[in-house]
Amino acid sequence: MGLDVRLPIGALFVILGVVLASFGVVSDKALYERSLGININLEWGLVMLGFGLIMLIFGRHRSIADIEGRTSARDRSAEEGEKTCPPGKQT
Amino acid sequence: MNLTLVDWIVMLVYFCFVLGIGFLLKRRVNTSTDFFLAGRAIPAWVCGLAFISANLGAQEVIGMAASGAKYGIATSHFYWIGAIPAMVFVGLFMMPFYYGSRARSVPEYLRLRFDEKTRGLNAISFATMTVFSSGISMYAMARLIQTLHIFDVPFQRMSLSPEWIFHVSIIFSAVIVLGYILLGGLSSAIYNEVLQFFLIVAGFLPLVWLGLKNVGGWHGITRQLPSGYTHSWSGMGSASTNRLGVEWFGLVMGLGFVLSFGYWCTDFLVIQRAMAADSMTAARRTPLIAAIPKMFFPFLVILPGLIAIALPTQTTISTGMGTSGSRYVATVGQGLIPAKIDGRTGLPILDNNGKPILDYDLAVPTMLLHYFPTGVLGLGITALLASFMSGMAGNVTAFNTVWTYDLYQSYIKPNATDAHYLVMGRLATVFGIALSVAAAYAAAHFNNIMDMLQLVFAFVNAPLFATFLLGMFWKRATGHGAFAGLLAGTGSAAFHHGLTIPTGATPGIKGAWLGTVLHVYPSEMAQNFWTAIWAWSMCFVVTLVISLLTRPREEKELVGLVYSLTERPSDEHLPWHKRPIGLGVAVLVLTVMLNLLFW
Repeated sequence: MGLDVRLPIGALFVILGVVLASFGVVSDKALYERSLGININLEWGLVMLGFGLIMLIFGRHRSIADIEGRTSARDRSAEEGEKTCPPGKQT
Repeated sequence: MNLTLVDWIVMLVYFCFVLGIGFLLKRRVNTSTDFFLAGRAIPAWVCGLAFISANLGAQEVIGMAASGAKYGIATSHFYWIGAIPAMVFVGLFMMPFYYGSRARSVPEYLRLRFDEKTRGLNAISFATMTVFSSGISMYAMARLIQTLHIFDVPFQRMSLSPEWIFHVSIIFSAVIVLGYILLGGLSSAIYNEVLQFFLIVAGFLPLVWLGLKNVGGWHGITRQLPSGYTHSWSGMGSASTNRLGVEWFGLVMGLGFVLSFGYWCTDFLVIQRAMAADSMTAARRTPLIAAIPKMFFPFLVILPGLIAIALPTQTTISTGMGTSGSRYVATVGQGLIPAKIDGRTGLPILDNNGKPILDYDLAVPTMLLHYFPTGVLGLGITALLASFMSGMAGNVTAFNTVWTYDLYQSYIKPNATDAHYLVMGRLATVFGIALSVAAAYAAAHFNNIMDMLQLVFAFVNAPLFATFLLGMFWKRATGHGAFAGLLAGTGSAAFHHGLTIPTGATPGIKGAWLGTVLHVYPSEMAQNFWTAIWAWSMCFVVTLVISLLTRPREEKELVGLVYSLTERPSDEHLPWHKRPIGLGVAVLVLTVMLNLLFW
């Protein structure tokens, strides 16, 4: 399929990471009594942001490689035997 | 529960993505192959994550933590014995026939290998089962939303009656799942399952992290709890020395062989994800890639339950925001796990010894509320909702394929155009979800009917693996043999259940409904495992005998369907970690190590 699944995952994690981390920065310290004094919103938000960025970078990387390595249009026939991964149909 | 704006933003962002993926993939759905099989163009790692995510429904996230709190780390048998070996087997030995035969579904493989009636039997029982499973998932989700009071405040704001929360939850989940499957078909379901996989990990990992930190790590847990909780094998010699109440033979044969192989190797819900792969090697690698995160799942889903039971007991537990503001119910429980409360009296339900019965299913929800401040709490709730939906969507996509290809195209309207079947697939999605909603309401009203149905499904499923094993590895097996074997297996499962009972239970839904008790099992789990062993053995023997008495099929018709008549797929040119056999061995070695670590 043309859409690399890493792109939506990356985007979702970047957005959620930014939302949580920025909330962690502005939120009241008393909130984190239950999470053992750890500002879990800030820390986990940053982890999610980092993961999202990695996904985006790898996803972009492959999409570009696909454009360069694109050969012929995708063969829709599913009836033929063993076939290799068709290059993603770019939009 | 006090959800604030940031929690709602997290939830909203997630649901926008879920539907957005459907819209993005919509343009790519032109043929029925695109809709039902994702055009057979998905890379192996994506299929692999969808493979476990489709199975990572609510029953798993909530249920495994509940079992973790009840039985301890021995719950990991459901992964290390009850999933990984079967996943390796299906990848190495069975996928060549599923993918290589170009069958579009598991029932269709049965028609190619055996005959029409075997396919029909399997297709009808499978289709019914998926609808009810997705209904049960929906019902569980609506109940959880009610119990956690997630929607109470917005409902109050809009001055709607709280009685509507249940209905709105059902409709809401139905509409979301319907939306993204209708738009993008199986690829949309698969992409969303991968998204859900990462989200579930992101929502539960901080919970495990905080919990472990609080309780003092694994050593803290071993100090707090009796050793039965923290060893998976050391008491398995006899049913009386371990918390599961099963001895090792019943565990390994019943769970590890019959039930696990029956599910992971024959259930179209998961096999469909591998069939969508872009090549034979990718299809074979799908379950093997899936096995790697699967073997570490116990740390994600069982540990929260163990931590919940190991923490100091809470005497008062907040049940969250009622309609009249904050409401606290003094209750008894163990650790973070509250006792079951009688809805009418508001008092804890007691067992025969006067001890309160713990509501283990609340292990994960109370852990979330205990550790997560607003913000991450929204993430945790979203992860829970995601797990409910991935389970539901998996069932719906499997249902629409089996209905369209195996029932509609075979018995109702053969020889129509591909566009016609594509329309039918979309209609079947609507129809399947409508049936699931009906099933969810049936579950809400007739608890016993659902228990009974699940029991019947267990009888139908237990013998399946014998049929596939003989079909794929013994060319002499015939259609009459397979059909008779399946009926005999299901029948003997019912008989076995009707003649035995777990200790302490009353005859009825728990067993012994035939009037006589021939054997008393030490636990319900032991009874289930042995019912499965009976059903499998009976199906195996009957298929064998009837096959030998009936006329075999021509060998040339079975090429590509049976092991001895099919060319082995060659993958010698690939590096070891890309070869199915290399991956399979690595997975098994890791699993053995995990078992030894928690022996």
